[in-house]
Amino acid sequence: MSNTSIQQIEDVVIKFAGDSGDGMQLTGSQFSNNTALIGNDLSTFPDFPAEIRAPQGTLPGVSGFQLHFSSNRIFTPGDACDVLVAMNAAALKANLKGLKKGGIIIANTDGFDGKNLRLANYPEGINPLEDGSLVDYQLHTMDVTKMTREALKDINMGMKEKDRAKNMFVLGFLYWLYNRNMESTENFLRDKFGKKPEILDSNLKVLHAGYNFGDTVEASFSTRFHVEKARMEPGTYRSITGNTALAYGLIAASQKANLPIFLGTYPITPASDILHELSRYKNFGIRTFQAEDEIAGITSAIGASYGGHMGITTTSGPGMALKSEAMGLAVMLEIPLMIIDIQRGGPSTGLPTKTEQSDLLQAYYGRNGECPMPVISASTPSDCFDAVYEAFRISVRHMTPVIFLSDGYIANGSEPWRFPQSADLTPIEVKFKQGLAEGEEQFLPYHRDENLVRPWAVPGTPGLEHRIGGLEKQNITGNVSYDPENHQLMVKIRQEKVDRIADHIPPQKIEVGPEKGKVLVLGWGSTYGAIKSAVLDLLAEGHAVSHAHIRHLRPFPKNLGDILHSFDKVLIPEINNGQLIKIIRDQFLIDAEGYHKIMGVPITRGELVIKIKEMLG
Amino acid sequence: MSTTTIAPQALTAKDFATDQEVRWCPGCGDYSILKQVQTIMPGLGIPRENIVIVSGIGCSSRFPYYMNTYGMHSIHGRATAIASGLKATRPELSVWVVTGDGDGLSIGGNHTIHLLRRNFDLNIMLFNNQIYGLTKGQYSPTSEENKITKSTPFGSIDHPFNPLALALGADATFIARSMDRDPKHLQELLKRSHAHKGASFLEIYQNCNIFNDGAFEVFTEKGSKMEETIFVENGQPLVFGAQKNKGIRLDGLKPVVVELGSEYSASDLWIHDESDFYKAQLLTRIFDDPRIEGHLPRPFGVFYQTSRPTYEEGMARQIEDAIAKRGPGNLDKLLSGNETWTIR
Repeated sequence: MSNTSIQQIEDVVIKFAGDSGDGMQLTGSQFSNNTALIGNDLSTFPDFPAEIRAPQGTLPGVSGFQLHFSSNRIFTPGDACDVLVAMNAAALKANLKGLKKGGIIIANTDGFDGKNLRLANYPEGINPLEDGSLVDYQLHTMDVTKMTREALKDINMGMKEKDRAKNMFVLGFLYWLYNRNMESTENFLRDKFGKKPEILDSNLKVLHAGYNFGDTVEASFSTRFHVEKARMEPGTYRSITGNTALAYGLIAASQKANLPIFLGTYPITPASDILHELSRYKNFGIRTFQAEDEIAGITSAIGASYGGHMGITTTSGPGMALKSEAMGLAVMLEIPLMIIDIQRGGPSTGLPTKTEQSDLLQAYYGRNGECPMPVISASTPSDCFDAVYEAFRISVRHMTPVIFLSDGYIANGSEPWRFPQSADLTPIEVKFKQGLAEGEEQFLPYHRDENLVRPWAVPGTPGLEHRIGGLEKQNITGNVSYDPENHQLMVKIRQEKVDRIADHIPPQKIEVGPEKGKVLVLGWGSTYGAIKSAVLDLLAEGHAVSHAHIRHLRPFPKNLGDILHSFDKVLIPEINNGQLIKIIRDQFLIDAEGYHKIMGVPITRGELVIKIKEMLG
Repeated sequence: MSTTTIAPQALTAKDFATDQEVRWCPGCGDYSILKQVQTIMPGLGIPRENIVIVSGIGCSSRFPYYMNTYGMHSIHGRATAIASGLKATRPELSVWVVTGDGDGLSIGGNHTIHLLRRNFDLNIMLFNNQIYGLTKGQYSPTSEENKITKSTPFGSIDHPFNPLALALGADATFIARSMDRDPKHLQELLKRSHAHKGASFLEIYQNCNIFNDGAFEVFTEKGSKMEETIFVENGQPLVFGAQKNKGIRLDGLKPVVVELGSEYSASDLWIHDESDFYKAQLLTRIFDDPRIEGHLPRPFGVFYQTSRPTYEEGMARQIEDAIAKRGPGNLDKLLSGNETWTIR
């Protein structure tokens, strides 16, 4: 046994980086699950190329997975890394700038041969592992490929198959380095390869070889690390990604509303995982329909909603654009419908696998005519559950299509989730009109209640036969009407109906910081973690700064204006060129300041701290 | 205690009309189609509340407003996709799609072919008038080549779609053709469409008397109809002509017109078999321009019918199987997953 000591540390950021075929996403997510199970707080950020297999060994082919875990509460995957695992030269080159000075590099020497160095564009004859350029870091090299093959020398398997297990070697080694029990990954492998004993056996062998390598051999590490359980609210937790939480939120809402789900959708990154997830749960009565295109995705969902199910469509920016005419139809029909947009970089096809808060203006305004629709957003992976549940409730309660915004960052990122018990979820009431009431001579499809909500009358209900459609409707009767006064009236009614939803949503709260002060940092969506971390740091330093994060983007909570006017300055950081800020300026006439990062990556805590300090003066 | 039971009144065509003023141009072929649909509806034995008519955009798509059933007038080209979602969730409803050559074959062509291959059990009525009427007279994807219209003052260059060949190419399970000017035939084919389990694709030649008057005149008018059309019937030879003295014979795979008499009798002719997929391919391809010398007569009737499981059945079966195998979904089990930890 080695005589390494174990050092207690609070906080670690690890980046797993390799070629897109190296299995780094799997390695990262396995280490994350293990981290969750021992009770650390954690936040992850997978970052992968748009190409399924970009040319091997090249910079565009690098796939990364960043994991931040801690014995404290954390809200982001971390600004910079403590540890960089580099499976090849390109992975090192692409990620070195994100490594803290003095950080640990674990490099697979086999990925730094002449060919890999050339592909990573290192000058002829230069190998960063050997030229002293990494002197500011703790460099540890190991020939992962060789040792993987060695561990499998008794197994009758092709070399290519053997090499596929090399990510398990790295994973095993890191389990050793962070003093972990590997059971969770062993169970995962048994589940996954139970029917292929040879592959299971080889993966387990290599996983253990990696652990033992740390334990027995001259791994040049004199210290191992241990991160204590985080001091989190008591309760039972699991790890969850945003897209999974979103799918679960839809299933939960469907169950609590006793309203079956129909998902009409077309595959698009980064939204497809919601389809994959929902399609697994047919025993919840869920219907998933992979349509021929984005338009059929939403229109089939409209057909389902018309029939009395909850029609849902999932997409990303380009698909949103294609769906906008159908959204207009849903607004005219005044039926429930959920349009879920997992935003990515834009415009056009943009940056499919990178994150951006790209579509707020599209969600707000991107339709022909006056076409108001509630907009709701999620701010963290686990918040996708609660926020989509809320969107479902609003859609049914107010007979309106709703737009739900998430983005690539929270969709793929994961964090611990203190999941609710189904009994604690508020039931959602669904009212179908059952027939003509006593004394009601004729069904009036656009006769509204006090919230301006019309009845949901589905085919199959005797006595309520009626026609609806995209042409302007005569108030109350729903007959086609080209009358000028009626059109103005109906436009105003549809607007007012959405505005009145503000009476039925919780007031805006201040996340952290005082109720009034010098600077309010106002955010929406996935900037939550970075803003909260930055503001907490500044509060700890004694600055007068607060954070508010908006879930209900349309309509806004009724007290939002009061909050905005309670601060000298308002900063609105966004991963776009300034979208919420336009709407806030428009609606509240305040001179808010923006902070815009449009690089396909999240805003960091550090850069916000600098920006806020500037404003604090 | 005495109870009075009132037998449900049998519905009539009038019960399927609404109070809305029908707003097609006077003389439009749509009037006849509406009338035939209203006429056959009572005989189908379906409660009115279980009938849904979904349309897209175009003149024909005003149809739902005139039918006293459930109905949706949607957006351009998408009625087929909306109907798919409706049928997927409410298989017990009788769903009818009204579309046109522009709506169903141009802007909505993609949804049409995908609906057909999926085989939802619903009825598509494609009103083909070979022109864009609602937008006032541009050529359509079924317009003949070299058509002079507002958008093609020097003649259209596009080669037209052959709707039934397209539908068969998409593996439709029921394809048929009828016309607005033959009420009896149209009624018969509407009933056949309804009776078919699976997606039925009924192309209806419909005259737009404003922008494309007489497009199908040679097929519909008394003087030429008998010579220019052939009404196919299952098990019957392909006979046509005012004197029933002509027929179509298969010379190998080539259909040829022959005179009945000394050389050929009815038994030499092509016997129509609705279940014959290969012959159906040939039949859809009898699509000659009637202005060309030596052309074949245009077929009408049910070209092809086959049986294939419907999409909504498959969807429902997967749900039943999943529940049978795994039990109804347990939300708490789903939310907790397999790996949890507890903080005290």
